[in-house]
Amino acid sequence: MILLDRVTKTYNKNGQALERISLHVEPKEFVIIIGPSGAGKSTLLKLLTREEKPTSGKIIVGGIDYETLKDKEIPLLRRKIGVVFQDFKLLPNKTVFENVAFALEIVGMGNKEIENTVPRVLDIVGLKGKEKRMPEELSGGERQRVAIARAIVRQPRILIADEPTGNLDPKHAWDVIRVLEKINKFGTTVILTTHNQEIVNKLKRRVITMEAGSIVSDRAGAAYKG
Amino acid sequence: MSVKQNTVVFKRIVKTGFINFVRNAWLGIAAMAVMVITLTIILFSIIANATFANTIQQITDRIDVSVYLNDSVTNKQRDELINNLKGLENVEGVTYISKDQALVIYKQQNAGNSDLLTAISQTDNPLPASLQIKPRDPNRIEEIRTYLEKGDIKALQSDETSYSGDRKQAIDKITSATNFFRQAGIAGIIIFAIISMLIIFNTIQMAIFNRRDELTIMRLLGASTNFIRGPFIVESILYGLVSGVLSIIIIKALFTISARTLDASSLGILDIDYSDTYFKDHFFAFLGLQLVVGVLIGAISSLIATRRYLKFKSSK
Ligand SMILES: Nc1ncnc2c1ncn2[C@@H]1O[C@H](COP(=O)(O)OP(=O)(O)OP(=O)(O)O)[C@@H](O)[C@H]1O
Ligand SMILES: [Mg+2]
Repeated sequence: MILLDRVTKTYNKNGQALERISLHVEPKEFVIIIGPSGAGKSTLLKLLTREEKPTSGKIIVGGIDYETLKDKEIPLLRRKIGVVFQDFKLLPNKTVFENVAFALEIVGMGNKEIENTVPRVLDIVGLKGKEKRMPEELSGGERQRVAIARAIVRQPRILIADEPTGNLDPKHAWDVIRVLEKINKFGTTVILTTHNQEIVNKLKRRVITMEAGSIVSDRAGAAYKG
Repeated sequence: MSVKQNTVVFKRIVKTGFINFVRNAWLGIAAMAVMVITLTIILFSIIANATFANTIQQITDRIDVSVYLNDSVTNKQRDELINNLKGLENVEGVTYISKDQALVIYKQQNAGNSDLLTAISQTDNPLPASLQIKPRDPNRIEEIRTYLEKGDIKALQSDETSYSGDRKQAIDKITSATNFFRQAGIAGIIIFAIISMLIIFNTIQMAIFNRRDELTIMRLLGASTNFIRGPFIVESILYGLVSGVLSIIIIKALFTISARTLDASSLGILDIDYSDTYFKDHFFAFLGLQLVVGVLIGAISSLIATRRYLKFKSSK
């Protein structure tokens, strides 16, 4: 599903954000990426969504070699990948409902279908009744859950979640993790970054540890293998 | 995407364009103001041009050169003169008016003056036969004059040639005014069209800058290029449509006001009555023209601006 071969990313001359990263993720896998701040976790995820281009190295996602990817094909690629951004990236002048609906409007889904789909997904992330709120009227955790709803509403083959539990109390953090597990169970490959050690320990999934732009350990989960 | 999906997306682009148009009304006012000026100049130039052409035509139709013949001129001499005149490059036609015809015309013209009529009927016909020469180009009447001033030709004439000189002056005045207006019009159209394009450019650049976060998010969510740039183009086309309608209203108002407050002729050389009629007769053609030109200016400048300022690169 995801293949990185000696990928290096240099933002500027001062240092490398990623250094010769090689990584393979199977379809339907659930991968957790951990590591200290600045280790390069977000950079790695940005390479997958083509938000950033690698300085060198090969990236293949879902059979698409990014080297041959044309600029106008990028939107189609991004539609297949759901992303929960570390900074949410909600549209500030749209309501909760509209923010989630927007992901569907882009791909040309009809209004009726959107009106059926969005509430279901908002229910999953526990935001029922807050459809009409604006993002600024939400708590950090609620915003995070809007971002998750938007990421999963298109039922992507791959879900990338950059610290989706960062702003959440333990109860809500676990709610989010349960949603991700559910999505994963239905067949979506999930890549999650987190600083939350408890989640890492309890999930018992494959854990990739990064440090200063390199992968320092990659151990398979105890509970599920492959 | 399927046809249905494309239709849905297209409707959404148009709708977003409308919403942005309303939301950015303040930003768009400068763009629309300049566009209205541009379109007004275009329409005014067209109408002024047509009006001048009409005025010139009216005067030209009436301009001619009259040559009065001696009674002693023989038919042969006369026909030769007519043929020679017709051979001149600038002569469109020559009409012969015999002494009898001249008398008839004279009597008609003075039908109210019975004293004069009585007096003239008591004498031999004193009116000379004449040739009325219609020039092709009233500006080049000199050529005909030179020919008529030649000694042997001059000898055939009884009176001084009449050139309707005052009309020529009027024509010269209007012709130079037309040329001036035409050139000023074209220059104005070009300058203001460029200014409106630049301002639309700027407006879109500002709108893109204001919405840069939103646009980045749209892109990250997989919005297509058209989905992102479409609303800007719709918005600019709306500027064009609104400006087109406004320019028509302004021209209409100008004619109404000037027709009411000014004596039609007091505006000098522009025949307001004719302009107004011409405008009314072609109203829908003009409305269509203004809308089309407005839409074109809007669409072209926004296409270029979005291409320039929305960088569709994969990163950022
Ligand atoms: N756009 C950028 N321009 C320049 N340097 C960048 C840019 N984005 C990230 N970096 C640098 O690249 C390195 C890796 O950053 P990255 O955001 O991937 O870290 P991270 O592991 O996600 O950290 P965190 O846990 O704090 O989110 C850091 O040193 C960061 O300063
Ligand atoms: Mg990060």
